[in-house]
Amino acid sequence: MNEHAIIVVGGGPAGMAAAIAAYDRGVTDVVILDREPHLGGILMQCIHNGFGLHKLGQELTGPEYAAVYERKVAERGIKVYYETTVTHVSPDRVVTAQSRQGILKFKAQAVILAMGCRERSRGALNICGSRPAGVYSAGTAQKLMNCEGYMVGKKVVILGSGDIGLIMARRMSLEGAKVEAVCELMPYSGGLTRNIVQCLEDFGIPLYLSTTVAQIHGDKRLEGVTIAQVDQRRQPIEETKRYIPCDTLLLSVGLIPENELTRACGIPMDPITNGALVDDTCQTAVPGIFACGNVLQVHDLVDYVSDEAERAGIGAADLVLGANAQGELVATKPGNGVRYVIPQNVRKAGQDVSLFLRVTQPFGKVKFTVTSGDQVLAVAKRLKAAPGEMEKITVKAEQLANVTEPIVVALEEL
Amino acid sequence: MERNITCIICPRGCPMTVKDVDGKLEVTGFSCPKGEKYAIDECTNPVRTVTSTVRVSNRKDTMVSVKTAAPVPKGKMMDVMALLRKTAVDAPVAIGQVVLTDVFGTEVVITKAID
Repeated sequence: MNEHAIIVVGGGPAGMAAAIAAYDRGVTDVVILDREPHLGGILMQCIHNGFGLHKLGQELTGPEYAAVYERKVAERGIKVYYETTVTHVSPDRVVTAQSRQGILKFKAQAVILAMGCRERSRGALNICGSRPAGVYSAGTAQKLMNCEGYMVGKKVVILGSGDIGLIMARRMSLEGAKVEAVCELMPYSGGLTRNIVQCLEDFGIPLYLSTTVAQIHGDKRLEGVTIAQVDQRRQPIEETKRYIPCDTLLLSVGLIPENELTRACGIPMDPITNGALVDDTCQTAVPGIFACGNVLQVHDLVDYVSDEAERAGIGAADLVLGANAQGELVATKPGNGVRYVIPQNVRKAGQDVSLFLRVTQPFGKVKFTVTSGDQVLAVAKRLKAAPGEMEKITVKAEQLANVTEPIVVALEEL
Repeated sequence: MERNITCIICPRGCPMTVKDVDGKLEVTGFSCPKGEKYAIDECTNPVRTVTSTVRVSNRKDTMVSVKTAAPVPKGKMMDVMALLRKTAVDAPVAIGQVVLTDVFGTEVVITKAID
């Protein structure tokens, strides 16, 4: 059994930032376990730019953003176990992993879960039709193209207008493919405005809202898809069905936090985020186990992943050092117009606490109000709010001090 | 001439309109000077950073990511891609290493290290 103060599961942006923050807080015996032969996680296939604008004040590509953190990991001598897949984490923080050396067992004082997320696949969508080649999740196509140089197709339809779908529309167009359409089930795009402009408008790619792929056609290779507008129950409308010939369908239909280890450990989960329930140090309900990054909640910007992971790293280090904040926990709850709030519990420990949330649908001018019983803890106004953009509202320590009732975040349209 | 442009400088995404008034561009709908400048640039000289990959000759099935060190004219994106298609490098490569020089006023540089 290898013993370490802190073990970080996953060496993507969250895992690296958490390990660095824990080290800098004073716990130098921190190690990272990653299943890949290199650090960086999904950033390594995200070759487009736009990373780091908030956090690093410069516009970097994914691999460049990862390299900034990789260098910090190396400078600190933080040990990384490569090609080491964690298969189990126990509530008493025994971590079991599979590696080239066989099965490894570790014992830690704190474990930070940073496994990221994976893509929702065709099987989860129940699209009818045949099972030809040429149907890819957008991230798989991205890896094939950007890392292995394999052109996945020439005539493409993309289902889902989240950022990965938009980025791939541009990527395939640059490489000479014809992107026929991007279809979005919802009446609005989940992607960032800059991606709609630079990935679709620049290349004249149409975006069809309230539209889905109703059927997949083709024997060995995909030959075409039937697209259709959807009604209010998101069911295809027969009269609007239209056939588009194509050899490739990319699915960009959502990300699922990869929480198999978390669930097997018995850590209580939030059914809305599909991540663990955490406090404001990112500690789960199982003492000593923390979660951060896309395994906790799917983020839109890696910069915020790094921020969240730093809170987890500091929280874990403080716990190991016996310096963790004491105080009563108060629950947070989403109110009107708010889908979820993270952290789900905040500690009354004499410190300001930031709440992170997503709204249920696009809004214009809104006012967020954070209340506890009759007490208003914070108010924040925004010119607009969209589900694709995470909101952050900070509650001051003095406001938190007298709170007894659950903290509710709600919005009203102005 | 009138053109609608969504600002991409920040998440606010102001809907802007650019009008040609007697040969002078007038922008409405912006909330900050950066937005106004972006709208005028989009109408006079739109530029984009191109990010793509080039083949690594001495590694099997391996591509390495690259970018233009500065944005190039939007209309030249496909020309940059054509140049990159003819380009290959030998590993090892380091971030920032120049792959092509004199590409529409800038360079193409490596964005991922390969040992």
